[in-house]
Amino acid sequence: MNGSSVLRKHNFKNVLSILENRLFSTTSEATFETKPFKLHHLENGPSTTVTLSSEDALKYYKQMQTIRRIETAAGNLYKEKIVRGFCHLYSGQEACAVGMKAVFRDTDSIITAYRAHGWTYLMGIEPFGVLSELTGRKSGNARGKGGSMHMYAKNFYGGNGIVGAQVPLGAGIAFAAKYYGNGGVCFSLYGDGAANQGQVFEAYNMAKLWDLPCVFVCENNGYGMGTSSERSSASVAYYTRGDYIPGIWVDGMDVLAVREASRFAIDYCTNGKGPLVLETATYRYSGHSMSDPGTSYRTRDEIQEVRQTRDPITSFKEKIIGANLVNIDTLKAIDKEVKAQIDEAVKKAKSDTEIGLSELPGDIYSNPLETIVRGVTPFKNLEHIRVGPAVNLK
Amino acid sequence: MNIVNKFSLFNVPKYISSRLKRYSSHFVYHPEQISNEIGKTTKKNMYQAINSALDLVLNKDPNSVVFGEDVGFGGVFRCTMGLRDRYGKDRVFNTPLCEQGIVGFGIGLAVAGTTAIAEIQFADYMYPAFDQLVNEAAKYRYRSGNLFDCGKLTVRTPCSAVGHGALYHSQSPESFYAHSPGLKIVMPRSAYKSKGLLLSCVRDPNPCIFFEPKIMYRIAVDEVPDDDYELPLGKADVLVKGRDITLIGWGTQVHVLLEVAEMAQKEYGISCEIIDLVTILPWDKQTVTNSVKKTGRAIVSHEAPLTGGFGAEITASIQEECFLHLESPIRRVTGYDTPFPHVFEPFYLPNKWKCLQAIKELVNY
Repeated sequence: MNGSSVLRKHNFKNVLSILENRLFSTTSEATFETKPFKLHHLENGPSTTVTLSSEDALKYYKQMQTIRRIETAAGNLYKEKIVRGFCHLYSGQEACAVGMKAVFRDTDSIITAYRAHGWTYLMGIEPFGVLSELTGRKSGNARGKGGSMHMYAKNFYGGNGIVGAQVPLGAGIAFAAKYYGNGGVCFSLYGDGAANQGQVFEAYNMAKLWDLPCVFVCENNGYGMGTSSERSSASVAYYTRGDYIPGIWVDGMDVLAVREASRFAIDYCTNGKGPLVLETATYRYSGHSMSDPGTSYRTRDEIQEVRQTRDPITSFKEKIIGANLVNIDTLKAIDKEVKAQIDEAVKKAKSDTEIGLSELPGDIYSNPLETIVRGVTPFKNLEHIRVGPAVNLK
Repeated sequence: MNIVNKFSLFNVPKYISSRLKRYSSHFVYHPEQISNEIGKTTKKNMYQAINSALDLVLNKDPNSVVFGEDVGFGGVFRCTMGLRDRYGKDRVFNTPLCEQGIVGFGIGLAVAGTTAIAEIQFADYMYPAFDQLVNEAAKYRYRSGNLFDCGKLTVRTPCSAVGHGALYHSQSPESFYAHSPGLKIVMPRSAYKSKGLLLSCVRDPNPCIFFEPKIMYRIAVDEVPDDDYELPLGKADVLVKGRDITLIGWGTQVHVLLEVAEMAQKEYGISCEIIDLVTILPWDKQTVTNSVKKTGRAIVSHEAPLTGGFGAEITASIQEECFLHLESPIRRVTGYDTPFPHVFEPFYLPNKWKCLQAIKELVNY
């Protein structure tokens, strides 16, 4: 049985084909119940009844699998000492990004912290562009100059290496969307650790003061580096911490719940009601970064338990197979395709070359008065060059 | 102190070369020559030496606390390993991820009489706390007419290149803080120095920023005295005496300069005098100018970018104090005026070849 049977069922009307559908094939749409949302200063929240088409089911599954594979590959490359710099893996949190991206329109944008590989891929960069950025090669998404935490794409204002620093930027991006009147919403992401940075609260205030179309998304994976949220935060109800900004708690391990909440958030913000705080309750399997084994502040059993009972990919897979939305062979084919794609990307990311030394003094200023970059070199002078092009300035 | 040329330059012993490869470091660590009058010593690397200093403080001063991000279980660089178990979680504790809050909180503790030792996980993360350090900590005594001060505050933070740190785990921001009278800024070059200087910083009645070159945490291994000892702040070390040129650096760069001096002697017969500045603020102008008056030439070398780096301050002072003694212009050998580049770290660093080239040019000026 393969995917084509999905289409075939509409063409055959005999009993045999109906029987075949019952046994092997799939329906085109199904309905699910999500965990209840928790609401802060909201009378009505997102719908807990969500519908999913088989097409979207396959899309989300593939996206989540791709992110998981990219991260596994990144972790391995780091251990092989081919990835330098720092490396923060998103494994376990895939449903957050995929759920949000599912409802993004062309005008919506996003800015996040250093756990950025998955988002980079979702926002349009091929896995090869992500992995070769990690290995510091010229085909990297930022030509190898950014490394792990610093990746960008259209409407994706980056990974950001400094805890919490991206949150006020998100408010600014949202202000621009409002100013231009393009109807866009900015998702400004941070973790439960960064939620305690002072600038987050400064951004909340500005966003509400000017009713900016900004969704502050706290991806709560339970640990800010090695400190659990309970030990770092006076209130772990992150969705309420915008005080005067309404908030929603959502099961971040359920891609459909995240999608529904994000859809609600976009609708809320575009209706001129101002910002919203979204807390996605999720979990990271790896340590904070590669230097953290991730086991000194939590038990292996805890990680194992989440993997077995709440994994965003496994649980989604069970759900869509159970609802007869997709069949297992199609998913297996996707797994195989994704594996082949990432393996190939890893191979290329290892063999690709680095950018030339001429780019060391590239893109420091847009139009420097003095084109020789100051410093000390026994070689020839370093001439400032423009590598560009900037994606945000057209 | 004379550094013995233990390793010939082009025939590095095997265990050293494998270590260099592992950390891809751009220098050879020159262990300290410790006088044997100092009492019992133990082989320690820099993070262990720092741990030992913190242990002593917590043990002797019941009114002292150590805090920062993940500090409770040892910190990312292991400097606070075991301290929470020994002194309790009310004296050694994790903070939320909020650098401005950590430093402000530390100032408050200090002004109320507690010995406050804060850790900022990377010097690159300290900029959110810039206001607290520059406007609050540095000026507390002055603005209160000495009614209050936060001299019991010490902020420890890892800095400088590590071989793979990229933009936000490699910076050397000492000169930003050096522009703030009221602060003391120290950067040790070795395990031995780190323990003594940290103890001095903690006990100094001024707020201190203690920059720890993170590449040294494991590479820098010395015989470190077990006992309590303090090393003077504001006092530079003349590590090698020489005739022809003075090389000034701090932190990791001291080891680059030590190797360069060996190369200059061996290849060109140039005799270099090496000064570790040790304290960036207040810096030891006397030792530097005495040396340059003797040699007539000077190079200042640091990892931070050229423009506005602390080398500029030293260079200006040398020309003012030593003008008639100078045989050549004073040279700065530094990082470039670029952000700290991810893939270009080996090109960016003011390595031994750039320093050697500068020495040659100045001697032949």
